Amino acid sequence: MIPAPLAGALACVVIWFVLGGFSLVPAAGASFARRAAFPLGALAGLALAAFGLRAIWEPAASATLLLGLPGMPFHVRLDPLAGFFLFLLGAVSTAISISAAGYFRGETPGRLALIGLQYFVFLASMALVILADDAYLFMVAWETMALASYFLVTTDHQQSAIRGAGFLYLLIAHLGALAILLCFGILHGGRGDYTFAALSSAHLTPQWATVAFLLAFFGFGAKAGMIPLHAWLPEAHPAAPSPVSALMSGVMIKTAIYGMVRVIYDLIGGVRWEWGVIVLVIAAGTTLFGVLYALMQHDLKRLLAYHSVENIGIILLGLGMSMVFIGFGHPMAGALGLIAALYHTLNHAVFKGLLFLGAGSILHARGLRDLNDMGGLIRTMPKTALYFLVGALAISALPPLNGFVSEWLTFQVALQAPILGHSVVRSILPLFAATLALAGALTAMCFVKVYGIAFLGQPREPRHPVRDPHAHSGGDVGPMEQFGMAWLAAGCVVLGVFPVAMLTVLNRVAASLTGTGLSTDALASGWLWLVPTTPAQASYSPVIFLVVIVGVVLLTALLVHRFYHGRVRRSDPWDCGFPEQTPRMQDTADAFGQPIRHVFGPIYLMKRSLPGPDDASPRFVLKIEDRHWYWIYLPIARLADFVSARVALLQQGRISFYLLYSFLTLIALLVFVA
Amino acid sequence: MTQAPTIAFQIFQSILVVLAAPLLMGWVNQCRAWLQNRSAPSILLPYYTLAKLFHKDAVIAEHASPLFRLTPYILFGCMWLAGGIVPVLATALPFAPAADIIALVAVFALARVFAALAAMDIGTSFGGLGARREMLIGFLAEPAMLMTLFTAAFISGSTQLTTIVDVLAHRQFVIQPSLAFAAVAFLMVLLAENARIPIDNPTTHLELTMVHEAMILEYSARHLALIEWGAAIKLFAYMTIGFALFAPWGIATAGDWAGLPLAIAALVAKLAVAGAGLALIETVSAKFRLFRAPEFLSTAFLLAVLGMLTHFLLRT
Repeated sequence: MIPAPLAGALACVVIWFVLGGFSLVPAAGASFARRAAFPLGALAGLALAAFGLRAIWEPAASATLLLGLPGMPFHVRLDPLAGFFLFLLGAVSTAISISAAGYFRGETPGRLALIGLQYFVFLASMALVILADDAYLFMVAWETMALASYFLVTTDHQQSAIRGAGFLYLLIAHLGALAILLCFGILHGGRGDYTFAALSSAHLTPQWATVAFLLAFFGFGAKAGMIPLHAWLPEAHPAAPSPVSALMSGVMIKTAIYGMVRVIYDLIGGVRWEWGVIVLVIAAGTTLFGVLYALMQHDLKRLLAYHSVENIGIILLGLGMSMVFIGFGHPMAGALGLIAALYHTLNHAVFKGLLFLGAGSILHARGLRDLNDMGGLIRTMPKTALYFLVGALAISALPPLNGFVSEWLTFQVALQAPILGHSVVRSILPLFAATLALAGALTAMCFVKVYGIAFLGQPREPRHPVRDPHAHSGGDVGPMEQFGMAWLAAGCVVLGVFPVAMLTVLNRVAASLTGTGLSTDALASGWLWLVPTTPAQASYSPVIFLVVIVGVVLLTALLVHRFYHGRVRRSDPWDCGFPEQTPRMQDTADAFGQPIRHVFGPIYLMKRSLPGPDDASPRFVLKIEDRHWYWIYLPIARLADFVSARVALLQQGRISFYLLYSFLTLIALLVFVA
Repeated sequence: MTQAPTIAFQIFQSILVVLAAPLLMGWVNQCRAWLQNRSAPSILLPYYTLAKLFHKDAVIAEHASPLFRLTPYILFGCMWLAGGIVPVLATALPFAPAADIIALVAVFALARVFAALAAMDIGTSFGGLGARREMLIGFLAEPAMLMTLFTAAFISGSTQLTTIVDVLAHRQFVIQPSLAFAAVAFLMVLLAENARIPIDNPTTHLELTMVHEAMILEYSARHLALIEWGAAIKLFAYMTIGFALFAPWGIATAGDWAGLPLAIAALVAKLAVAGAGLALIETVSAKFRLFRAPEFLSTAFLLAVLGMLTHFLLRT
């Protein structure tokens, strides 16, 4: 008998597969997909979240399915770590599915059927990745996930840029999958079967363990979007329809974090501090790279995709510090690092999902995706503007929202550095806290830019509207899309204001992996106080914080209006008395990033052409490119081209040559075999 | 309610900070006028200005959004909150465990983000310019501030500001090299964050140089009053953070009303000296070009990081 949470989770997976299949049936067809499939999928997501949460409080349950190859059945297992990620997947996908019901309303039946199929297969395969308990099912689900998302990315495959983005994604996804496969191969070592239990009992020499770690780290890192394997992310995430972007940035790259934690902490085990240092260095680079390039973007969805790179970096910072602490034999601080990383994983899923849905709403309601075409949307789309503001404040790590809690926890992990015995590592750990602080402040700048240019100010004249036949002008998006955003915005608030509930959940997850949770002091402080170690060392109470700040703001307003007056006169803007004010005189997205371009100049590869003083029709062209392309990707591409050109010499196109090759091969074989 | 006396102390301190902040502003202006050989205005001038502004009718641009009208209250509230976190007169404040140094820096960041957003709300060229410059200064000042505070946190083993002050105030006097680095970095951040020369000039409306003033151009009457008052509280809070970290002598413990007169006397003396010092710095230095500001602030950031490293290196 399979225990309830596992059975329930499997049932949700089956429901998703069935919904995907039904979307294809012509009779049920378009109206089914439009009316029923997405809302039902959302319900399944909600149920999955509930089962996942429940599983955290129950002992791990496993089962063998009647599927797979003969003698090699699929194994599934639901333990606290898997439960947490199922909760994340379920809770976030609920909002995205409901939003998708509104977003895809106007699609043609043929496209809708395919989107429905791919969407639900994508969801179900992500759940299977998390549930898998053997390398075989894991790889099958992992590849299904990659393929389903590839087809979703290339929904608009008529555009060659999108085909290119899809190909790049598929390529890097498979490089990553190859590394993961090799890692499983090392763990398997030619003995036993491929269940995770067998893999984790393998005794590896330190060298082989390190090789396995590197393969897992870079294999999953390719999916997560860490540098230098991030190149696909800012191309592929924006290319997909917005709910799919939300799903990919919010949830899919989190399965890579799941894989990393599962393989490194659980399967390889015996975490070494050197591994943590490698993770930290890459994480710091990823964080800064992501946010600095995000600041240069003017395409909203691309900008958000670069922020996903940054946030993966922040998650990896927590994970890396956790590995350093565990490696030095401080499991309690290690557990704290893991908790910080997982909390940020959940938070990022929530606010990045929200922000992508917000970008989708602007695209859907206005047909705009370039920031320089937007402006003043707060007046015509007030609901979207409100939810987007919550997401923007959350990602900028401002209290009392959720992004602040996880960055606060990450800082607290870095502040544990004095307990380390190794003097060099002890003194470099705070440098990563400095990186995080810098990235947080830059993120705030970037979202001031996004919000200020898109939602505030005056409407700009669109120069690059996307030809979206469903874009209706005027008014906000429909109720379904609003509900999706409201759900995630509420998530940002709840996770930010009541972090202690989540901390207890994550404590169980961390305890199941590191063998020890947080100190008893930390958990004994009650629901009001977030305490990572001891109350004397650090504490934070978002509830009190929220009450006080709302209280003083209200009190101020009350006092001002009580003692003075609330009279307001409307007039033209003052602007230091400048008479002519046109929307074109506002800052653009590129202008807002200009100081950063100036300060961090060498990081960017800038191509700029300035108009001369006599130009009758002056044009200013600025192109920012990623240096990684020229350092890594293009040389590899050229090498591949070169090698394949040599190999192509074999291909003469005449049958006599091919017969000759076969003959020579046979001779060679006979010589060697005999 | 054993907490009652400390809570009363907390409320007393919060109100005191709000009411006394314009006085500090008046004192700085007075000192500056003396140093520049001008006849000084009354030390109470900021109060008169605030009263005048509160009485006027607010003029707001036609298409200003609700965010624009809400922002002055949020700014004032954030600064008020910051004034409640910082141990100005006493340690062991009951509110302190709710928000530590990281939250304190984040409160300032929250205020900055809202100020910048409100500046962009009207859609004028000056507003965007001010917001962009403010965020440019902020993105370096904020981490520098955090690193300064972390240095103190590593020394005292806590991120609670009141605990830090307790530890620093009640140990024998040793000059910590790491704190010396941190103090320099903190001073630089203080100048930048409070829109003082050499980063910004609080008395200019020249478009080439203004930062903070460009952001609040569209505000008038009570909204402007709240912003100006908030800025005064911010300066007060920053100075008291500085005292808490680098000169914590004379501070009382919350609920200990007997220690209050001494604490107030110490605070007044420290503020008088610091305010005069600020006026002196502003008088003898010239304003930087805007793109010297990142250099100035990255120096502050690196000094703060160096301070932190020094702490670790000297401890081993």
